[in-house]
Amino acid sequence: MIVRILGEGQLQVDDSAAAELNDLDTRLEAAVERGDEPGFRSALDALLARIRSAGRPLAADALAPSELIIPQEGATMAEVRRLMTDEGLIPG
Amino acid sequence: MVALMGVMKRVSLIFKSKANKALDRMEDPRETLDYSYQTQLELLQKVRRGVADVATSRKRIELQMNQLQQSSDKLDRQARDALAAGREDLARDALTRKSGVQGQLSDLNTQYTSLQAEEEKLTGASQRLQAKVDAFRTRKETIKATYTAAEAQTRINEAFTGISEEMSDVGMAIQRAEDKTAQMQARAGAIDELMASGALDDMVSGPRDDIQAELDRMGAGHDVDRELERLKGELGQGSAPRQIEGTSAGTADGQQAQAAQPVDTRSTDARPVDQPRAGEG
Repeated sequence: MIVRILGEGQLQVDDSAAAELNDLDTRLEAAVERGDEPGFRSALDALLARIRSAGRPLAADALAPSELIIPQEGATMAEVRRLMTDEGLIPG
Repeated sequence: MVALMGVMKRVSLIFKSKANKALDRMEDPRETLDYSYQTQLELLQKVRRGVADVATSRKRIELQMNQLQQSSDKLDRQARDALAAGREDLARDALTRKSGVQGQLSDLNTQYTSLQAEEEKLTGASQRLQAKVDAFRTRKETIKATYTAAEAQTRINEAFTGISEEMSDVGMAIQRAEDKTAQMQARAGAIDELMASGALDDMVSGPRDDIQAELDRMGAGHDVDRELERLKGELGQGSAPRQIEGTSAGTADGQQAQAAQPVDTRSTDARPVDQPRAGEG
């Protein structure tokens, strides 16, 4: 599957990593819902690390949409909330 | 239904829905392709300007760092000179200012590193977008040439959604970089203003560099002493009134201690003050 790390580009990640990514992502989402800053930070970092280790960069000229999109490294919880509700995107 | 589906899936759906809304607004698929391509070229220009802006900001901080480093070096020299002249008070003063300058330097260094990272990210984003825009242009011509209604629509949708995602990503990256450079520029501007107003001169040496003034004065006093000795020699006088440099007050302490020691009169240039002046005060 194709995963995008915002600000870094797309990666091709093997489907076998999907379950693990899913767990980490659920942790991330739960932390955002709770407003748990340390939990959010550690879940985001863990998810990014796992995607990077499991993925290979996709060719830059690929035009395929990503199945999963993860916020950029160092994103704040507020930024992630906006991304999840459409406010983070620039119109156009 | 607000079941947890994961942040990544949700963000991805948001991106897709944005692309779909844009697609829905287009009636003619060919128009979609051409219009999108124009937007891509504009964004490409924008991201390149973004890279240039960040670089400008980075260079400005580099310049300020150089200036502060020079000030720090100068204060260090002054501390040495002052100590050599037995003026521990002046040396302490210089070192205190130096530590203030070092603090500013380390703050700037943090900003510099952060801008450098931002510049690298944006450069990468610019290259990726360029590659995708080129691919899109090729795809666009192919699709137009083989255009047969429904079948083409699917291919258009995919290409459009793919590039739209990239464009959203790049758009946000530019926004983040702009926010960051605006912050940095405000801070760099504040430092420039401080330097220009002379307020930072209290910490950084400059026109109102009192440490240097004091060191110079001590050096000048030394020259006067030598000149006096020379004149006395010419006139054959044993002792002349030496009141000239004695008029400056506030330096008696260290000198009394020095006066008790044998004076090395050989040196002509090594020390600003190695001769006791006007012991009588």
